[in-house]
Amino acid sequence: MSNQGVDPGRRRFLTLTTTVVGGAGIVAAAVPFLASWKPSERAKALGAPVEVDISNIEPGQRLVVAWRGKPTWVLKRTPEMLASLPKVDPNLLDPECKQDQQPDYIKGEARAIKPEILVLVGVCTHLGCSPGFRPDHPAPDIDPNWQGGFYCPCHGSKFDLSGRVYKGVPAPLNLVVPPYHFDGDTKVVIGEDPKGAA
Amino acid sequence: MGITPNPYKTTGFLGWIDDRFPLTKLWKDHLAEYYAPKNFNFWYFFGSLALLVLVNQLLTGIWLVMHYKPDATQAWDSVEYIMRDVPWGDTLRYLHSTGASAFFIVVYLHMYRGILYGSHRKPRELIWLFGCLIFLCLMAEAFCGYVLPWGNMSYWGAKVIINLFGTIPFVGPDLVVWIQGDYVPSDATLNRLFSLHVIALPFVLVGLVVAHIIALHEVGSNNPDGIEIKKHKDPKTGIPLDGIPFHPYYTVKDIVGVSVFLIIFLGIVFLAPDGGGYFLEQPNFTPANPLSTPPHITPAWYFGSFYAMLRATPSFAGTQIWGVIVMFGAVILLFLMPWLDRSPVKSIRYKGPIFKIALAIFTVSFVLLNYYGMQPPSPMGKLISQVGTILYYLFFLLMPFYTKMEKTKPVPERVTHEAH
Amino acid sequence: MKRIKSSIQILLAAATLLVAGQAFASEGVDLPYRFKPDPDNQASVQRGARNFMNYCSACHSMRNLRYNRLGQDLGIPDDMLKADLMFTSDKISDHIISAMPGDEADAWFGKAPPDLTVESRYRGPDWIYNYLLTFYVDPKRPLGTNNIVLPNASMPDVLWELQGLQVLKESAAEGEDKEAEHGEPQFELATKGKLSPEEYKQFVADTTNFMVYAGEPGRAHRLAVGKKVLLFLLVFTVLAYLMKREWWKDVH
Repeated sequence: MSNQGVDPGRRRFLTLTTTVVGGAGIVAAAVPFLASWKPSERAKALGAPVEVDISNIEPGQRLVVAWRGKPTWVLKRTPEMLASLPKVDPNLLDPECKQDQQPDYIKGEARAIKPEILVLVGVCTHLGCSPGFRPDHPAPDIDPNWQGGFYCPCHGSKFDLSGRVYKGVPAPLNLVVPPYHFDGDTKVVIGEDPKGAA
Repeated sequence: MGITPNPYKTTGFLGWIDDRFPLTKLWKDHLAEYYAPKNFNFWYFFGSLALLVLVNQLLTGIWLVMHYKPDATQAWDSVEYIMRDVPWGDTLRYLHSTGASAFFIVVYLHMYRGILYGSHRKPRELIWLFGCLIFLCLMAEAFCGYVLPWGNMSYWGAKVIINLFGTIPFVGPDLVVWIQGDYVPSDATLNRLFSLHVIALPFVLVGLVVAHIIALHEVGSNNPDGIEIKKHKDPKTGIPLDGIPFHPYYTVKDIVGVSVFLIIFLGIVFLAPDGGGYFLEQPNFTPANPLSTPPHITPAWYFGSFYAMLRATPSFAGTQIWGVIVMFGAVILLFLMPWLDRSPVKSIRYKGPIFKIALAIFTVSFVLLNYYGMQPPSPMGKLISQVGTILYYLFFLLMPFYTKMEKTKPVPERVTHEAH
Repeated sequence: MKRIKSSIQILLAAATLLVAGQAFASEGVDLPYRFKPDPDNQASVQRGARNFMNYCSACHSMRNLRYNRLGQDLGIPDDMLKADLMFTSDKISDHIISAMPGDEADAWFGKAPPDLTVESRYRGPDWIYNYLLTFYVDPKRPLGTNNIVLPNASMPDVLWELQGLQVLKESAAEGEDKEAEHGEPQFELATKGKLSPEEYKQFVADTTNFMVYAGEPGRAHRLAVGKKVLLFLLVFTVLAYLMKREWWKDVH
């Protein structure tokens, strides 16, 4: 072996170029494999928006439906329940809902399009358990200032009747409000933004 | 306890590893300081290509199993689910189905290379035997995989192949029921073939491939001249004079081979994945129907030759087993190649005309057998298949005689190589 | 090198034999009409989808094809999909399932109408095209019609209102007229249909194109990706070859 006719610069350049282009090819080849883990059309079809008939919910009653396989709550709040919301503000971590846990078109402490109808994804923001509905108050076993809300059985996280999280519990964020809109007065469509919003 | 420092005197993180695991040793033994003959030609691409296709089959296979359902009532729909609902699922499936055919093309050419240049001869008999086992394993793997989509050809193909075992005297019929786990191919059959296809056979296959490569790297590669490069070593370094390090020289060369192969392979995968009906067969686009045999039942193209031999053999003494024996015998003969070939030279380059004629006849017979194995039965096809089967067998059975009696050309001391 | 060439020549000769034999052996049922499918013609596929939903989907399902996939691929908005194409279902992510209950279908036709999702890949587009064109009056059959490419088909001639009723010409009915192969076939229109023969052929072509699309909805994406992949590989091959040549300057 000898090195006549060898141009080290050209060799380095060609090796580097081929390596980079080949590397890009390998990255591209990974796309089908990685992308195939995304939800399939079947999963998306099963996760399609859910229509809920709210005409028969009693005030103070909570309905649980499955949206994208997750427990999703529709709670018809009484005027007393709405009135109790400001009372717990000092106990809450994010009373003004600054964190991005609800769609842009939902503002304020009621966290709802129509204040009496609350729609929440019933999945604790700590590790994913589904909190229980505890409208009863006072409930000193939960909190001295309990005005009703949701209590997670797994690690004791507490949320008020708008799904806002209490201070000093494992859950770091308020419960998620899913995109939803009203279809007439009696139907809520969960999983789809109102027309015009998005 | 102290550590015996590694002989490569590597330091830092690599040194830490090398003191505990032979990483540098593996790299050097198998790549950087594995000396391969410098005169490899076109035929020597197919080994690395076979490895590439194996990796493709393993990866796409693992990914397909993430979506496929091995259940007679769901398998068909789950394949269409992969084709339609899974993002990029069709690409994964076509890579796998076309990969199966590519595997056989590459392996057939790889084996043919061995016959051309005497790669089965001493001291490489074990490499050849491992290779034959790989081929056998691959056939079983391909058969099991073919059944999984549970189309009508999957079903009847399974039935025909499993019924081959039914020809064994006395135990045959019971054996068939035992293999199927039912009286016909059914959910139980599909489930066990699935297990074999995705777990058992790939384990065996990968193990055999490792053994094949270890054996190769122990004795060193053959070459188109069929001479041992280890006979002439540099007295100072002990490196074969006609050897070059596998890395970088053959890695850069194989990358070119891989790239050209991928143009053809991915061209088919993306532009014509049916392969004109040979890679994905039309009759398999209808679900398994135990009550209706496809009008024209053929094996996958890569089994054509062996299927032709099966059909060409008449039943005799009241049993069909002869066809099965002839078919499996054709594969078994391959195993005996190292001992059937008695020529004083390895490579076809230095053999006389008799071997070349014999090989030409063998090649034509094999291709014709393959063709007629895929055609509907006909008197002409049967006759040609019978002649082809006899010629196939004679190539092997007469080999000890014609290779020994033939006058060969003198073999050079050093490999013939023109620098490019 | 010479030896390799000779062995390659042997392989080539064998391959030629194979191809020659292939051409020789193309047999099976003769299809009187020629058809070249064009699933890239979106307008045609859209019309075909409408034809299928109106005339086929009452009995035949496409159980692996979703309505919304159809909408996405063919550029049909959801509300139009619901209004014009969805007769058996109202959820756009549903599969195309026929309105016919399977058990009763068995009783009505002796055989449930097959699912047609991948029919175009099973029979081939030209077969479907010919099948839909070659129904003819045959009083010997229980439903009064028969078919050239699928003799004794259990499917009735559901498109007769469009095509009209055709009868086999005498010569063709008796001796098998091999000369007329691939020529205009041996039919005479006995009763006129709503469509002219040309319009009906277009109708069948559209329907067939739709079925080719339905057989593999990912086809267009596959071809588009394939072209990019091949382009990339061509560039990479040139680079790899140059790199190989550069390194192999060491080897003499």
